[in-house]
Amino acid sequence: MRTKTSPLNRLFMALVFFFLYAPIFVLIVFSFNDSKSRTVWQGFTLDWYSELLQDSSIMSALSTTLLVSLLATLIATVAGLFAAIGFYNMKRRLRAPLMTVNNIPMTNADIVTGVSLCLLFVAFFGLWGSVAEWFNGVQSVITLPENLHMGFGTLLIAHITFDIPYVILSIMPKLRQMDRNLVDAAQDLGCTWMQAFWKVVLPEIKPGIVSGMLIAFTMSVDDFVISYFTAGSATSTLAMVVYGMTKRRISPKINAVSTLLFVTVLLLLIIVNVREARQEKAIKKTAEVRR
Amino acid sequence: MSKELIRLVDCCMAFDGEQVLDHINLYFNDSEFLTLLGPSGCGKTTTLRIIGGFITPTSGEVLFDGVRMNDIPPHLRQVNTVFQRYALFPHLNVFENVAFGLRIPKEAEVNGKKKKVKLPEREIRERVMEMLEVVSLKGFENRKVTELSGGQQQRVAIARALVNRPKVLLLDEPLGALDLRLRKDMQNELKRIQQQMGITFIYVTHDQEEALAMSDTIVVMDQGRIQQIGSPIDIYNEPKNAFVADFIGESNILDGIMHEDYVVEFFNRKFKCLDKGFAPMEPVDVVIRPEDIDIVAPEQGQLRGTVTSVTFKGVHYDTIVDFKGYKWLIQTTDFHGVGENIGIVLNPDDIHIMHKSEYSGMFGDYSSYSEEYDEMDDVTLLDEEDEEESHEE
Repeated sequence: MRTKTSPLNRLFMALVFFFLYAPIFVLIVFSFNDSKSRTVWQGFTLDWYSELLQDSSIMSALSTTLLVSLLATLIATVAGLFAAIGFYNMKRRLRAPLMTVNNIPMTNADIVTGVSLCLLFVAFFGLWGSVAEWFNGVQSVITLPENLHMGFGTLLIAHITFDIPYVILSIMPKLRQMDRNLVDAAQDLGCTWMQAFWKVVLPEIKPGIVSGMLIAFTMSVDDFVISYFTAGSATSTLAMVVYGMTKRRISPKINAVSTLLFVTVLLLLIIVNVREARQEKAIKKTAEVRR
Repeated sequence: MSKELIRLVDCCMAFDGEQVLDHINLYFNDSEFLTLLGPSGCGKTTTLRIIGGFITPTSGEVLFDGVRMNDIPPHLRQVNTVFQRYALFPHLNVFENVAFGLRIPKEAEVNGKKKKVKLPEREIRERVMEMLEVVSLKGFENRKVTELSGGQQQRVAIARALVNRPKVLLLDEPLGALDLRLRKDMQNELKRIQQQMGITFIYVTHDQEEALAMSDTIVVMDQGRIQQIGSPIDIYNEPKNAFVADFIGESNILDGIMHEDYVVEFFNRKFKCLDKGFAPMEPVDVVIRPEDIDIVAPEQGQLRGTVTSVTFKGVHYDTIVDFKGYKWLIQTTDFHGVGENIGIVLNPDDIHIMHKSEYSGMFGDYSSYSEEYDEMDDVTLLDEEDEEESHEE
């Protein structure tokens, strides 16, 4: 049913969008401002972007971010894929509670995840230290490092941890849509289970895997809180560098970095959504033809 | 007699402690069309999946040519399956679907060594095209399978299985998703393909008409047990118990007493019949097929009754007649209106005698007969009507 929208409704709507998007718009506009001022527009420039490229701390943070995001995405996708197949083959009674356990980390506050991972790493390093000390004492062939610190390794583990649930969540529906008999049919035609997986299951769920990867990558690039607690003092991601810059003198470079981050994440999200819309269309089309 | 290919010995199957198959003993001959027939949940699909190798029986043996196959996985068995909902690979076109099995490298002995051998592309192409011709799908090889109609998808599924030249083809309710007209066409088509290829078809269905029309041998199953094995004519004319009599066609089933060979008593009256070998005065089930009953004038009849309902069925009328409170279904081409008094005559070969079984008293009474009852009772009929409706849309 269509009702007439009252002007008040329209106003409310406009306000919501204004508060949501105006700050981002201002941020983007002022990343091109030819002045250090954050209030007065003084002409167009790309200076801040070129300064960005020359800032070594930002560039190294960028490479850390990309590396950790890519690695975490790849590892989480493989792990999540196997987990999803495991869930799929479980009985419902077992699957339902496990899926809930899988979903909790996504709704959980980042800070809780971050702190708990941080505490876990610290506890593990403590334990490792005493074991390594004993090990190095009783033999002298291999020397184990006694003092471990949080750094790229812990950051990567943390990212893999929070990426996995998203991968599982985007692969599961594809598996469920798949005709259960497809695997039987492939095996019936001479495939081993592994061949059936590569030749039939993988092509069927590929769209789910790709969107899972894209979401995981977006989450990794975007993350600040969990990274902050698990990266240690020597390693920084882009989000952490931006946060550090706001503590000192605020430079329009922040605007430039943030704009780049925003555009990257936006692009990825658009790709995910367009893919999903296309798949739905294809499914509808198939259903119509089947009729 | 033809050669035996597959034998099931004392096969039992239980899922989560629930007995699905109960000591199945069955053998399958070369080039025969055998149908496993029964209501849903009777164990017919489970039997098929055991032969296909998708499940292993809890106890008992599966023998192919006398060799135990229980633990051999599906990909190493010389059988292929046509699945219930086709299970075509949506990401491949018609040609690649059919070629799927041929493209898997097969283990073969080359100069005394075991090697994985790929078929040459030319042979694959020839065999696929030849198979597409058998199922009348020439010219469709580049189509997407998702763009085909149900009947065409069915043909692809059959071609995909047959192209591997299996000794036995397993078909799991392959026509279940097709509408009535197409189903009848495909029945003839399947029978033709089976005869042309000269291989064994093991066919699972709940549709008794389909089973009667296509099979060399029918195996009627219920509650995980084989109720009767026989040719369609045997099964129809000489059902072993009340279940078979009711499931295959319509039957009036009455309590009777066998006085001596060729003499049975029911409704306090002795009738001549053609059955013998029962104990003297043994209680039995008497089957009378609705189409075998002759209606005559009341004074000429062996039994007299009143018509309580008449339904026009096209070729005949389904007439329900009340005999002393017991209602019979009579199929007749002559119209007799409700309330009319009629007599009936039963010839010796109209009467079939069965031993009492656990099914006695459960079937063959038309006291509560109505159109709705009929639909609920007969899954096939329901399916047909559903599909006819969607066809009209």
